Amino acid sequence: MRAEPGPHGFRAAASSALKDPGLRANFRRAMDGLISKRAAQFPDPAEWRAMRNLGAAIRARSVANLPALLERLEASCTRRGIEVRWAETIEEANGVVLEILRSHGATHVVKGKSMVSEEMHLNEFLEEHGIESLESDLGEYIIQLDGETPSHIIMPAIHKNRQQIARLLGEKIRGARYTEDVDELTGIARRVLRKKFFEADAGISGVNFAVAETGTLCLVENEGNGRMSTHVPPVHIALMGIEKVVENLEDVPPLYSLLTRSATGQSITTYFNMISGPRGAGEKDGPFSVYLVILDNGRSRISQDPELSATLRCIRCGACMNHCPVYTRVGGHAYEATYPGPIGKILTPQTEGVGARRDLVEASSLCGACGEVCPVGIPIPELIVRLRREAAEPAPGSTVAGAGTGRSRAESFAWWLWERAHRRPALYRLLGFAATRLGRFVPGRLPVLAAWTSVRTTPRPASRSLHELAKRAGVPHE
Amino acid sequence: MTDPSPSKLKPPAVYYYGTCLVDLFYPEAGLSGIRLLEREGLRVIYPRDQTCCGQPAYNSGYVSEAREVARVQIERFSQPYPIVVPSGSCAAMMKRHYPSLFEGDPFLPRAEEFAGRIHELTSFLVHVLQVRLVDLGEPVQVTWHSSCHALREMGIVGEPAALLAQLARVEVVPLARESECCGFGGTFAVRHPEISAAMVEDKAADVVATGAPTLLSGDGGCLLNIAGRLEATGQRVRPLHIAEFLWERTRAR
Repeated sequence: MRAEPGPHGFRAAASSALKDPGLRANFRRAMDGLISKRAAQFPDPAEWRAMRNLGAAIRARSVANLPALLERLEASCTRRGIEVRWAETIEEANGVVLEILRSHGATHVVKGKSMVSEEMHLNEFLEEHGIESLESDLGEYIIQLDGETPSHIIMPAIHKNRQQIARLLGEKIRGARYTEDVDELTGIARRVLRKKFFEADAGISGVNFAVAETGTLCLVENEGNGRMSTHVPPVHIALMGIEKVVENLEDVPPLYSLLTRSATGQSITTYFNMISGPRGAGEKDGPFSVYLVILDNGRSRISQDPELSATLRCIRCGACMNHCPVYTRVGGHAYEATYPGPIGKILTPQTEGVGARRDLVEASSLCGACGEVCPVGIPIPELIVRLRREAAEPAPGSTVAGAGTGRSRAESFAWWLWERAHRRPALYRLLGFAATRLGRFVPGRLPVLAAWTSVRTTPRPASRSLHELAKRAGVPHE
Repeated sequence: MTDPSPSKLKPPAVYYYGTCLVDLFYPEAGLSGIRLLEREGLRVIYPRDQTCCGQPAYNSGYVSEAREVARVQIERFSQPYPIVVPSGSCAAMMKRHYPSLFEGDPFLPRAEEFAGRIHELTSFLVHVLQVRLVDLGEPVQVTWHSSCHALREMGIVGEPAALLAQLARVEVVPLARESECCGFGGTFAVRHPEISAAMVEDKAADVVATGAPTLLSGDGGCLLNIAGRLEATGQRVRPLHIAEFLWERTRAR
């Protein structure tokens, strides 16, 4: 099969990842660990089902009421002194961030981890405009040093092992000596970052949950860099996709618990920040200005489809990728998308087009492991099938991006033939008869079977079909 | 009595849906499934006009083609008998996805009625027939691979193990990462052959590592995939459908 050229070359990227035994070992080891840690957090299937039903209901309610909840969020935030800005596209969002930074004369920014900022390619954009944007999450810091993008939404540097990180820090950080000791490596990064937190003109972060009722921005993290980024610099800019809103404060604890247990197998994270406005009168710390930038980037279009809108329930725990047999083998970079793994397979084609990203929609054996572990009950396998259908044979009035653009004449013809053979029982039996009689003459290497036989022997039909055996054995047929 | 006796639940007759993979690649397994059912006193009907459940087209997004093939199956299983399927994957297609194919179609009630009669073979043996197996074979070790669709779409979790546990001289060696996909995935194996290959390589290696000379599974797709890999690497592990294994172990000779 030919590798696709251009920026969207999942096949080619996956192919080269598969040939990298080090990379495969890094992912296998890391994912096996995450799978067992998560499993230990949900020992009781009944409790798991109850929690997941609750999480799914909360998120489904949020997604179903997006316009009203977002208006309410804006009002609540404004009341608290958080300035809300809206952006329909990533260009607009980047423009808004730049404008805010310029209005404060900011040239140095520290960042907490934010997948929306990855979606925006914000670091590149700010660098182009003469603003230093430094990642402060350890994993993000490591990949930024190496000029890479995240390979996982929770653990962005999971594709690297300790030795690779040791070499990188040894090379890139002045005065750092080579060490493979994890505490020493963390210490090296900490010394660099600590200084940057105090020098920064502004901090940028993501948002895990934005509470419409109270205007509270919740931020989940383990390293304290999120708190430093949002707390120490004089300006804080929070970035979120429109789907991050939840209705009430009481919606947060179940989602938080599902998130940390599913993501890293933690019952609670080291830090949980609830940001509720800038520094008040008489307060001795906190930013003077807080902004919330709310990005659409195709999400409201997704929210219009009753089935596909489930995509927006996602709380970005990454459990689907941890459990995905495809992700585990090709790693996150192969997807050539901000969001890799199963959630990326349903999200990316809906923003970039189902035809253009058909490579992703097809890259699933539909094993269902992702849907099984999703803490908010997104039926990912069903949505993958739905998107395959949108690519090949869209429903009338489909709102899906690129609907119908994945259909090829050769493929349509092949399925037409398949249908003919299987809706005419007499023809099917005739073909079955031929296959059983001729199967053993199939050469070991047929071009049509080349993909299969690259690692397997040629499948050979039995010498008599079950149809024949049953008839011969006198099994009644009516 | 809260536990209904099998005889009260037992239908007079069942339909047998062989599936296209079993039809062409594992017909002995298909026939073994029929024998297991007949031994419990059932009249087993194998409609000659059955072809394929339509899953390959459905999973590829070609729903019109899947729908027309599905319609043929539904029409040919018109009596109100349970339909027993020696495949978790095909059973899941018919039980879980057939109704969605006919949304807004006058045929929908028939599709729903058909879907309601679908049973996966091991589940039917355990829950409806409550079979009691007597092991007549030599001591042997086997390992078991769960099909993803049996596990996650049909909820077949303990049934195969419960059947194997009835066989006194069969030891089941646990397979590492038993619930991980073997990489078959129907057209996935052809569309993303390299990823599929990586998956089946790992699965076959895990199978070999058990040391068991026999690999059992309840789905023809997984068997075809793993068997092809085991054979290509010269492994002597014998892949077998659970229906064939159960019949071999328990039939009076």
